[in-house]
Amino acid sequence: MAEYKEYQNIFTQVQVRGPAYMGTPLPPGIWQRQWGIISEEKPWFVHLLGRFGDAQVGPVYLGSLGIAALLCGIIAIQIMGWNMFAQVHFNPLEFIRQLPWLALEPPSPAYGLRMPPLNEGGWWLMAGFFLTASILLWWARTYRRAIALGMGTHVAWAFAAAIWLYLVLGFIRPVLMGSWGEAVPFGIFPHLDWTAAFSIRYGNLFYNPFHMLSIAFLYGSALLFAMHGATILAVSRFGGEREIEQIVDRGTASERAALFWRWTMGFNASMESIHRWAWWFAVLTTLTGGIGILLTGTVVDNWYLWAVKHGVAPMYPNSWPTVIDPATLPGAPR
Amino acid sequence: MKSFQLNTKSWVLAAAGLIAASALLSGCERPPIDAVQNGYRGVAMGTVANPRTYDAKIEANKLPEPIPSVPAGGPSAGSLYKNVQVLGDLGAGEFTRTMLAMTQWVAPKEGCAYCHAAGQDFSSDSMYTKVVARKMLTMTKKVNSEWGKHVGVVGVTCYTCHRGNNIPVNYWYKEDQPKQSPSMMTAGSLQNTASKTVGLASLPHDIFQPYLAEAKDIRVIGTTALPTGNRHSTKQAEWTYGLMVHMSEGLGVNCTYCHNSRSFSSWATSPPQRATAWYGIRMVRDLNNNYMDPLTATFPDYRKGKLGDVAKVNCTTCHQAAYKPLLGVSMLKDYPELNKASLEAHPYTAAAPVVAVTPGGVLGKILFAVGKKDLDADAQNAVTAAAKALAEKADAKVDLSGFADKTGNPSSNLALAKERAFVVRDALKAAGVAENRIALKKPEFVVGGAEADSRRVDIVAAP
Repeated sequence: MAEYKEYQNIFTQVQVRGPAYMGTPLPPGIWQRQWGIISEEKPWFVHLLGRFGDAQVGPVYLGSLGIAALLCGIIAIQIMGWNMFAQVHFNPLEFIRQLPWLALEPPSPAYGLRMPPLNEGGWWLMAGFFLTASILLWWARTYRRAIALGMGTHVAWAFAAAIWLYLVLGFIRPVLMGSWGEAVPFGIFPHLDWTAAFSIRYGNLFYNPFHMLSIAFLYGSALLFAMHGATILAVSRFGGEREIEQIVDRGTASERAALFWRWTMGFNASMESIHRWAWWFAVLTTLTGGIGILLTGTVVDNWYLWAVKHGVAPMYPNSWPTVIDPATLPGAPR
Repeated sequence: MKSFQLNTKSWVLAAAGLIAASALLSGCERPPIDAVQNGYRGVAMGTVANPRTYDAKIEANKLPEPIPSVPAGGPSAGSLYKNVQVLGDLGAGEFTRTMLAMTQWVAPKEGCAYCHAAGQDFSSDSMYTKVVARKMLTMTKKVNSEWGKHVGVVGVTCYTCHRGNNIPVNYWYKEDQPKQSPSMMTAGSLQNTASKTVGLASLPHDIFQPYLAEAKDIRVIGTTALPTGNRHSTKQAEWTYGLMVHMSEGLGVNCTYCHNSRSFSSWATSPPQRATAWYGIRMVRDLNNNYMDPLTATFPDYRKGKLGDVAKVNCTTCHQAAYKPLLGVSMLKDYPELNKASLEAHPYTAAAPVVAVTPGGVLGKILFAVGKKDLDADAQNAVTAAAKALAEKADAKVDLSGFADKTGNPSSNLALAKERAFVVRDALKAAGVAENRIALKKPEFVVGGAEADSRRVDIVAAP
């Protein structure tokens, strides 16, 4: 039987269990932090959660922004859900079976940017409005809570980068194209099929340089996350998980982590800069992605032809005789 | 230090994880998959197939033993038999062989009686199946002679689609608009349901009417780098995508069989199969509009779709998940007779039979098509003959009795039998027989006997 090492476990091994921490005092106002439905005052600890993070649940600060965001979100989900339920004629079994396929579709392109009847896309517009309101209110909440804690607003701005891509797909680009029909449907498979159809319609999105950048940042984010997580776990036996302290007071954990990367690839990030790397990679994923979508259809109609024109896509020899479009031949059938 | 051991709880968790993983993967095919490179290196041009499906595919595409061929020539079928409208130029031997082959391909269980009503002359057109078969013969000839750009020299026979079935396994009807849901909720659409037509994607599945009957625009991709007026929407791209998934499933091939991985629209970089498929789409439109659709009045209602249209052709009808139907083996070379069918049917009028009135004797047996009450040429001739015989014997009277069987809805069968008797009475009157000489008898059920005989009205001389 192989020897079992503490640090090889995939779960957190240390669960420090002190008295519940109530958080910094709030300025006077109508909203106080809530413990939730289960317990009025007592701190609430869950051992299993402690295996993944902190065992203490709550207190949650709802606040007016939180309540408004939740309400708008619930309305949006209700509109989507009931419309999908109506499509299976309120048959609960079919609803469960078909749920991944069901969708709330945007209006037909024939309506342009006008308000269509409710059952022809009007509900989609309403669901989109409430979902957007919910997301923006939640954004304000992340900003305000950060200020309240005296933190920087990095989380809010990273979230804003994701909202940018969401707004481009569902609002800004459709408005520029003059048709709500250009927006994404709400639905599990439908939004994926829409994505594939979108790439097909605009001549292969992989030739869109901003799509390329977005992919590079997305995969880069995953790579950086894996490298950073692995590095810190590997030096945690030397106190490496105390990253914030180590930024200004570099100890043997930081030295060893830095040496590891310098030895293997000649360059190392510092305890501070690795977090800036990760933040920018994540933020740039959606920033560049949003730009790529924004340009599609508005200024570029066929990304493959665009890439050919600008020398991005090289020509390869065909392994077959060249084909002529039969529709261009004289006497071609319709 | 703890030792690393799996306890019961971990085993249960692992088992649950395994079950969940297999449920998620149940829709997938087991690797490895065969991939054959068919383009320049590094451009992802390849044909993929699952080697574990090869045996089943070969088995499913086995050809039936050809019927030994017979020498051409001899007296033509048209001169020997009555009402041979499209195969009249064949020698009698070739003609009989073709009839045998068609029986084997389309109605191996029912035999000749699938198209030729038992107890009637072979020339009778009383069964709709025979009228359809005649049209299908002209269709086969059209495909083989004029759609060579799709079928090549391999050609098609009835078997290409039928495979021993009365109706080919794969066909389509127009789809009904989804039922409006109560209130103002969004109605179910012709997409976003689990549909096998589009390979279980959520793409639009009402793709056949616009593309394989009408000629709606399949090409949605921009033809210039920058926008120059291509107004096709992403939604339209979803429809085209749906059709392409049908073609891919119907032929059992992946996208790069016809398209370049880098650009779906560029013809200059597409494999030649794409042009063959392009002609295929046009061929299917031709077959649906000029051969299937004109049969609308011929087919009985139970063979039609919800919107009253006939069953129509799509890619799967012939291909049945093979890149070439029957894996590209030509059956037509064994049956060159099929290419001798006339593209235009030569109309045929049967000579009126001569009958004489004998007390209690049958003056005419008027046969009807399934579900129909109008008189075809044979029936009209029989009525005329009966009227002629009655004109010669002025004091004779006749009884009309309609017959029905108990298949389907017996009471509506009886009602139809009665209406058919009225039609025959009116036809006799029109042929000059006074109404007071015609008596209508109560319709009866026929027990046993030939199926076509139960759809008849007898004109019987009064004893």
